[in-house]
Order: sequence, then C-alpha cells, then structure tokens
Amino acid sequence: MSMQVILAQALLGLNVGVFYAMLSLGLAVIFGLLNIINFAHGAMYMLGAFIALIGYSLLEQWFGISLQIGFWASLLVAPVIVGILGVLIERLMLKRLYELDHIYGLLLTFGITLILQGLFANYFNVSGTPYPGQPEALSGVVNLGFMYFPTYRLFAIVFSLVVCFATWWVIEHTKLGSRLRAGVENPDLTQAFGLNVPLMVTLTFAFGAGLAGLAGVLAAPIYSVSPLMGADLIIVVFAVVVIGGMGSIMGAILSGLALGLVEGLTKVFYPPAASTVIFFLMVLVLLFRPAGLFGKEK
Amino acid sequence: MFKHWKQGLASTVVIATLVMPLTATAELTDGKLKIGVLSDMSGVYKALEGPGAVVAAKMAIEDFGGSVLDQPVEVISADHQNKPDIGASTAREWIDAEEVDMITALDNSSVALSVQGLANDKKIITMNTGAGTTALTEDQCTPYGIHYVYDTHALPVGTATAMVKNGGESWFFITADYAFGHSLRDNTGAVVESLGGEVVGNVNAPLSTNDFSSYLLQAQSSGADVICLANAGQDTVNAIKQANQFQIVQSGQKLAGMLVFITDVHSMGLDIAQGLQFTTAFVWNQNDEARAWSERFFERHGAMPTMVHAGVYSAVTNYLKAVEETGTDDSDTVRAKLGEMTLNDMFVKNGSILPNGTMLHDMYLVEVKKPSESESEWDLLRVVSKIPAEQAFIPLSESKCPLVN
Repeated sequence: MSMQVILAQALLGLNVGVFYAMLSLGLAVIFGLLNIINFAHGAMYMLGAFIALIGYSLLEQWFGISLQIGFWASLLVAPVIVGILGVLIERLMLKRLYELDHIYGLLLTFGITLILQGLFANYFNVSGTPYPGQPEALSGVVNLGFMYFPTYRLFAIVFSLVVCFATWWVIEHTKLGSRLRAGVENPDLTQAFGLNVPLMVTLTFAFGAGLAGLAGVLAAPIYSVSPLMGADLIIVVFAVVVIGGMGSIMGAILSGLALGLVEGLTKVFYPPAASTVIFFLMVLVLLFRPAGLFGKEK
Repeated sequence: MFKHWKQGLASTVVIATLVMPLTATAELTDGKLKIGVLSDMSGVYKALEGPGAVVAAKMAIEDFGGSVLDQPVEVISADHQNKPDIGASTAREWIDAEEVDMITALDNSSVALSVQGLANDKKIITMNTGAGTTALTEDQCTPYGIHYVYDTHALPVGTATAMVKNGGESWFFITADYAFGHSLRDNTGAVVESLGGEVVGNVNAPLSTNDFSSYLLQAQSSGADVICLANAGQDTVNAIKQANQFQIVQSGQKLAGMLVFITDVHSMGLDIAQGLQFTTAFVWNQNDEARAWSERFFERHGAMPTMVHAGVYSAVTNYLKAVEETGTDDSDTVRAKLGEMTLNDMFVKNGSILPNGTMLHDMYLVEVKKPSESESEWDLLRVVSKIPAEQAFIPLSESKCPLVN
C-alpha cells in the first residue's frame, strides 16, 4: 500500500468528515441548548441543497420569476430560508413538547422528516438531480503532489472547517455564547436576570437548522441533490454525535472529522467494513464511555 | 355418388379441423389483451426505461390499430422500485387480478429474474427489454421468458474486444453490487482474458452510489490500463463525471462504460463523455426508419429513445403480430409463433427468438462524438462497427439453458 494511496483516501475521508462535522455540530448545539433530539436535521440539509438547486435552475420554470440565485448567493439565502423554517417548527410545534419526554420531540421531528422527503420525492428524481451551478472559479483540479484534487472539494473542506471553528469560538468565547450556556444551565435564573430565554432557544434552533442548510448547499455540487440525501447521512451523524458526546460542541467537530478519516482509510484497508466501522466504534464508546469521548458524565 | 359424398365429408372434416382452431379460438380469454410495463419509474434507471417505456408500449398499440382480433389492447404500468419483492408482488397481482397477458420492460436484473420465474409458474410471457443478466436465458431460462434487447454477454463483446485490441490489456472493475453487475463483470473479464488481457482488480460499489471517488482512486492506483464500469444508469454517469473531476482519463487511463445509454451521454454532456466507446442495440439516427420513429417518440416523451425504449416498441408490436396471426392469447401458442417469426422493424433486422429466449440481433459499437462533430442536441453517437448477432450473443450450442441442452 503506497503512501500516496493512503494520503489520497485520507483526504477524501476528510472531505466526508467535514460534512459529518457540520451536521453533528448543528445537532449538538440543538441538543445542548434545547435538549431536543432533532431527527429533522437531515431533512434540513436536504432542504438546503434543494433551495440551491431550485434557486439556480427552476425559479423561472416554476414561479415565472426571471431570477437566478447563483452558488455564492445560495450560501447565504439557503441557510436563512432553512433557519426561518426552523423558527416556525420550534415556535409552532416543538415548543409544545418541552415539558414532555425527549421521545416526543424525536417522534415529531422524525414525522417532519418523512413529510419533507415525501414532498420532494414527489417532484424530484429519487436518485438525484445534478446541481449545475458550481462556480467557474472553483472548477478544475489542484495538483497536491500525491494526487489531483478537485478545487471545489478543497474549497468545501476549508469553508466548512472555518464555519465549524467559528461556531465553537462564538459559543465558548463570546458574551453571546456565555448567555446561551447560562440559559441552558439554569433557564429560570437566567430569565430572572432579564434575558429572554425563549427567544434564545428559538434562535439557537434556527441557527442549528441553518447550519444544516449550509452543509446542504456545499454538498450540492459534489453529490447529486436527492430527497433522500439527508436520510442517508443522518444515521451516521447521530453516531458521530454519540461518539463525540451529546451536547459537546468541540466533541462533535473533532469526532466528525476523525470519523470521516477513519471511514476513508477503512475503504483502503478493508472496503466492505467502510459503511459499518463508525457504528462499531459507537458501540465501543457506549460500552466504555457512555457519555461520549468529549461529553461530561451527568 | 356415395364415394363422392364420403370424400366430400372427409375433406370437409379435414378443412374444418384445420380452420376450426383459428375461428373458434380467435378471441381472447378475457375479452381483451392487457400488456404490463413493469419498470423503475423513480430511481436510477428511470431515464433509460421508466415512463418512456410506457410511451413506447402505447405507441406500439396505437400503431397496431389499438386492437387485436377485434378486442381492445390495454397497457398498465407500475414502479418496481428496483426491489425484487415489489416487482414479484406487482406481477402476481397483475396476472391474478388484472389478467395481464404479457409483461415487458423489467429493467434491473434482480427484479427481472424474480418476475420471469413467477411468470413462468403462471404461464405468462415476459419480454424483457431492460435487464442485462444472461441468467435470464442461461441457467434460469424459462419457456415463456424472452430477452429482447441486450445482455451482459453482448455488451463486452464489442466494447472489450475493441479496447483490448487497442492496447488496453490490464483491467480494473468498479462493479454494481448485485446480479447484473456481477454478471457483467464476470462476462467482461472472460472476454478480456480470452484476448490475452488481464483483470488486475475489482471493487464492488452499492447500487445508487453517490460518490465514486474512493473507488476511482483505488482503480487509479491499481495502474490498470482500463477502468471498467460494470454498472448502469445514474451510477455510470456519476462515476464518469467524478473520474473527470479527478482527471483520471487525462492522466492516461481509459474508462470503459459497459452499459451506457444515450440518455446518460446526454446528461453528462459531450465535453465529459466524448470519445467514450460502448455497445448498443439501437442508435436513433442510424437510418431513416429509426429516425422517423424516434422523432415521433421524442414528440411525446421529450427525449430521444434509448435502445430499451425502441426495444419495448418492437417487442410489443411483434407480440401483437403473433397474437393476431395465431388468433389466441394462449401463451404456449404465441410463444411458439414468436419463435418462428423473422423480426423486422425500426429496431431489429432479421431478428429471431431462440428457444432459450434470446432474441438474436446485431449490436453496434459506438463512440461518443466530439462537441464539434455534433449537429444537434441529441446527435451524440457515431457507429464504429456492427457486431453480427452470432458474435454478440451466446450460441445455442454453448447455452446452459436446460430447455435446449
């Protein structure tokens, strides 16, 4: 096995890993601050990709608006729209379930997922529609010495890493972040200090959903846009969150990246195990460190 | 007089027995003829067969006059979702409750094998236009199963032979991980090795893989001359596009698409697909007759026909001819008639259906045109050579079908 092959597969693994990291980050933020197991996260990711696709090629055909939303604009527009949908879901539905057991939130978000998937499967090809709007500037390949790597994928890796670490920094090192964490720790006391906790909760959910939407836009030019693209990914992302530790921001980012790498390298050494290696690790972590690698025992 | 009377009676009886089966049974068992189009209507194979196959079947019936033996002909269709259990249960319902007389389309080899087996138990003819596996006419052949358009023996004969002769001696396979992919890989490997080439590696990718990059890099690092895509539909398109992203062809390796359809080429675009060689049974603009039919199809479907679409039209037309000529929808009689007919239409020239179900016909090795050579949106393919029927398909003498050997 040459070093070149290992490096190449590792980089591809990292490419997958940044998507795991972005999605598990959103899940972890929502779980950490709201205690909601958001099963609709994969659907938000799928929605982000579809907004980019529709904005680029279907606005005129469907709505008669002669406007084309390019890739760069989609990076902003799609997360905002998905975030607004997040606000609606939180305000109109999830809010009613906070008093009840986790399982009710999980079932509700799972239902939302199935509805969104069914809706898009009705209008789009299940096996995927290619996203045609990849910007010219990011086409072509970069010669990394050990391999030719598509420029766009490199961009997606760097962009996602920046977003992930910026989110972590905001939550751990700013005043806004410290208020959010206080709201989680003791909502009543925080409210007594005059902070609007319900608003913070809504915005957090919207932010988490928007992050998933952003990941969807980034994924659109690499993978085909398909109604099931989120469903394929969400199970793995849950495993990533469990391994990293429920509610741990840094844990979600690092375990996302690391598990992408592990999966990529498994494809080199023992390909048939590539799709299950993450779950194998999840079982080990649950047995020996149930709170996850970065989680705190409560 | 008596003698004459006796002779007269005898000849009347003889004539009556000759004519009676025709006139007495010149009607259909349930007052109509029903044709089922069972295909992938929503997944990876939607574009190459799917709704287009329903259009082709309807065109065939309309062109036939809408009825046979003065009874109406109907089409019903369903989505098998690439799942053998769904395919088989739909087919069972069609045969038992809907009294379907013939089932066609049946892309996806796993679905095809399960439906062909079931239809055999129920004595219903299947005219498979979409699936590739040779098992349909080899070890799992049935007296009622017909394999009409292409198989995993015919595909590599043209493409692999041409590529090995042009110096592509070592081959690496990226295989769709189910019956069709395995069958294609094994048959292609056999062709390559028989010509002195070598198979240096294989990796199995699940059906509907989104990201082939990892498999492509393994193929690249194997150093093989040819990276063979033993898959179909959207999988082939994704793999070729991603190979282009990673500049695999530009770095000197050749890609061989074993099963490529014109819709795939159209979806990839000539920039990416140019120069790709593959084997097909039909090119829409190969002659005036094909072009005229294809343009009619285009008006109704919005895309030019694949070989599978053309095959559905031809299969349904010839089935209706056989029903009309025998005056019955009895499967044994119609199947026997189909075996005697010489098939000639816009899809097939001098075709014949062997006892194991193989429809013998010429295939074509084609090459994707350069953007500068293409004159219209769908002018995508150039015929390189014709592969005679006897070379393309497994000869009856070598067949493993229990019905013949």
